[in-house]
Amino acid sequence: MQEKKKHYVRPLNIKNGKIEMNYGAGGKASAQLISELFAKYFNNEYLMQGDDGAYLPAAEGHIVMATDSHVVSPIFFSGGDIGSLSVHGTVNDVSVCGAKPLYLSAGFILEEGFPLADLEKIVKSMAEEAKKAGVYIVTGDTKVVEKGKGDGIYINTTGVGVVPKGIHLSGANCKPGDVIAVSGDIGDHGIAIMSQRANLGFETEIQSDSASLNSMTEALVKEIPSLRCMRDPTRGGLGTTLNELATQSKVGMKIEEAKIPVKEQVTAACEFLGLDPLFVANEGKLIAICGPEDAEKMLEIMRANPLGKNAQIIGTCVEDENCFVQMETPFGGTRMVDWLSGEQLPRIC
Amino acid sequence: MCLAVPVQIIEVLPGDEAIAEIAGVKKTISTALIEDVQVGDYVILHVGYALQKIDPEEAQKTIQLFNSQVSA
Amino acid sequence: MKYISEYRDSAIAKEITKKIAEEVRPERTYRLMEFCGGHTHVLSRYGLENILPKNVEMIHGPGCPVCVMPIGRIDSAIELAVKHHVILCTYADTMRVPASGGISMMKAKAQGADIRMVYSVSDAYKIAKENPDKEVVFFAIGFETTTPPTAVVLKQAKAENIKNFSVFCNHVLTPAAMKHILNNPNGVKIDGIVGPAHVSTIIGSDPYKELAEKYKKSVVVAGFEPLDMLQAILMLIRQINDGRAEVENEFIRAVKPEGNVKAINLMKEVFDIRDSFEWRGLSSVPYSALKLSEDYAFFDAEKRFDLPYRRVPDNKACECGAILRGEKHPSDCRAFGTVCTPETPIGSCMVSSEGACAAYYTYGRRTKK
Repeated sequence: MQEKKKHYVRPLNIKNGKIEMNYGAGGKASAQLISELFAKYFNNEYLMQGDDGAYLPAAEGHIVMATDSHVVSPIFFSGGDIGSLSVHGTVNDVSVCGAKPLYLSAGFILEEGFPLADLEKIVKSMAEEAKKAGVYIVTGDTKVVEKGKGDGIYINTTGVGVVPKGIHLSGANCKPGDVIAVSGDIGDHGIAIMSQRANLGFETEIQSDSASLNSMTEALVKEIPSLRCMRDPTRGGLGTTLNELATQSKVGMKIEEAKIPVKEQVTAACEFLGLDPLFVANEGKLIAICGPEDAEKMLEIMRANPLGKNAQIIGTCVEDENCFVQMETPFGGTRMVDWLSGEQLPRIC
Repeated sequence: MCLAVPVQIIEVLPGDEAIAEIAGVKKTISTALIEDVQVGDYVILHVGYALQKIDPEEAQKTIQLFNSQVSA
Repeated sequence: MKYISEYRDSAIAKEITKKIAEEVRPERTYRLMEFCGGHTHVLSRYGLENILPKNVEMIHGPGCPVCVMPIGRIDSAIELAVKHHVILCTYADTMRVPASGGISMMKAKAQGADIRMVYSVSDAYKIAKENPDKEVVFFAIGFETTTPPTAVVLKQAKAENIKNFSVFCNHVLTPAAMKHILNNPNGVKIDGIVGPAHVSTIIGSDPYKELAEKYKKSVVVAGFEPLDMLQAILMLIRQINDGRAEVENEFIRAVKPEGNVKAINLMKEVFDIRDSFEWRGLSSVPYSALKLSEDYAFFDAEKRFDLPYRRVPDNKACECGAILRGEKHPSDCRAFGTVCTPETPIGSCMVSSEGACAAYYTYGRRTKK
């Protein structure tokens, strides 16, 4: 009797293959992409359930959910890639709400012709960063668009986490007298990305600071009873985020320029381009605000974390019906730090 | 008047070009507007062109002038 | 950072400021115009105006090449991209300036015009060489700091016989603008002038002699850093107290009396002076702007393309003109901070990063309440 031949499926040609339309169609090709790429690296019991949605264990406490879409270009940059960024971004958004991040979803929109080798690099990177942060990527989706209708790859990640009982952080909680701290050097990510844009043509060793901050946020939530809020200053930078918080809390802010940590190379690159580091994006930093009684402890906790070695207290909240963020210059003068009006453009004048 | 930045020449290239550097940030620039560029020179850079060399002695005199204003 | 950090030393700044406070005579006002937009930016960014004595008034001059560009010229630039389908290359500074019909270059780009932001004129030239079947026009703006690079590239284009590259020239001249302001009998009263830093590295300090000799104004050419400005202000106050009207140079590390002769000769070779040019806020100013010389006529976008100039009056509420002439302060403008903000600018003083209104709105509007 003849043995039934096992059905042979040629494995994906990761090395030289490209994304084709049928990878997004939900059929055999999609299944192959999932099993040989996504599931292979994201490997966890929830993802392996293989249903349309993931059944997750019940959790005690309030649930926090956050979502972020990632369209960064170039997709590979010094210090990270679109994959690692997509994990860090959403883990951080959940974490700064005071929650312990638990699960992520990952949605991919791929352009026809996108190299599988690049996709593998990105997926591997996401898996690594998820593991470091202690989160599982439990569900996902892949769609493919025709060549010319996408920018290679777009990723959306949505995350859920759980907030311990009694914790309710909010950007509206700040009061005059509260102390503002930033967890480290600002502007690294934005400059790293810009330096790789061909038309600006400058070289720097600055790497993106993209990182998961949940170990720092968890310590702050646990040890700082007067913690009002935390936020990560991504697009728009420190300046924009401070303005958001000031407006939400209906307070003003007074910060000191001399205290704001910035790497010399970042300052130099900003000089070249006529940019203000206050408005350059960060992907591995956070702003935390707490009552004055806990300020020293807050700084200690940040600095004890490997991502917070250069943390600084930069200012305080003040009474101000206009909700202005004002900065004292090293010269004793004062200037406004206003909302960023549109994207900062390099200038000649 | 315009945004210009003092940078140091770290390499002279053929065709009126050079590599300039400031605090570790490097850029290829044009030296077509100045003469006699040497590695180690400081120049004022504007829109990718070196406009003028910085004279280290005069720069030092300026700093001394500032310092002399410091009240006794 | 060398040649930057030491000129930003806050301890020394405090000392120079103290000296200024000691030497000003309390019974008079010192009205000083900082010509250049870059200096206006330094004043705001370091909050210098609120550490100077109250009787030292800084008047913001028209040294912002984007602010003084009349709307009609921006319209022409947009026309090049939209009607003539060129690849229009421009410095980022002009992208958001509002032109006619609520269009800006940024908006035109969003609507499909091929408008590209470049860091340097040489990038525009590169684009021309990489796209031989398309016309590439460089929107040249700026004072004498930015003009020599344009000249270098035009000389290259001629030598390399690149046919698809041209320049829409809006380069303007500093001494002419300064004289025009001082010539105005009803204009703002000025005691002294802080001369531009980088323009002067090119033209030198000699061209300002006429301002001192003929107009009897004290002039100090100042470097670009905050200590340079404070020092220059101190030097101006001393001149004014002594009754001297001289040209002094604080920026000795980069400015020579004769300037950069190589750059000046190159500009003379490639450009001619226009008989007159419209400046926003200053109306027509004689011998204040450049056009391409006969030898370079082939590269003149205004000759290559049909580009009629249409004079467009400023918005009625817009006080950019008076502000550029130093006659009014941004807060004097009805539209300031209400209808006119950096997100919804009415005039270029609000859009340009060097514009007095933008600087004041972004850095200073609240502290001067």
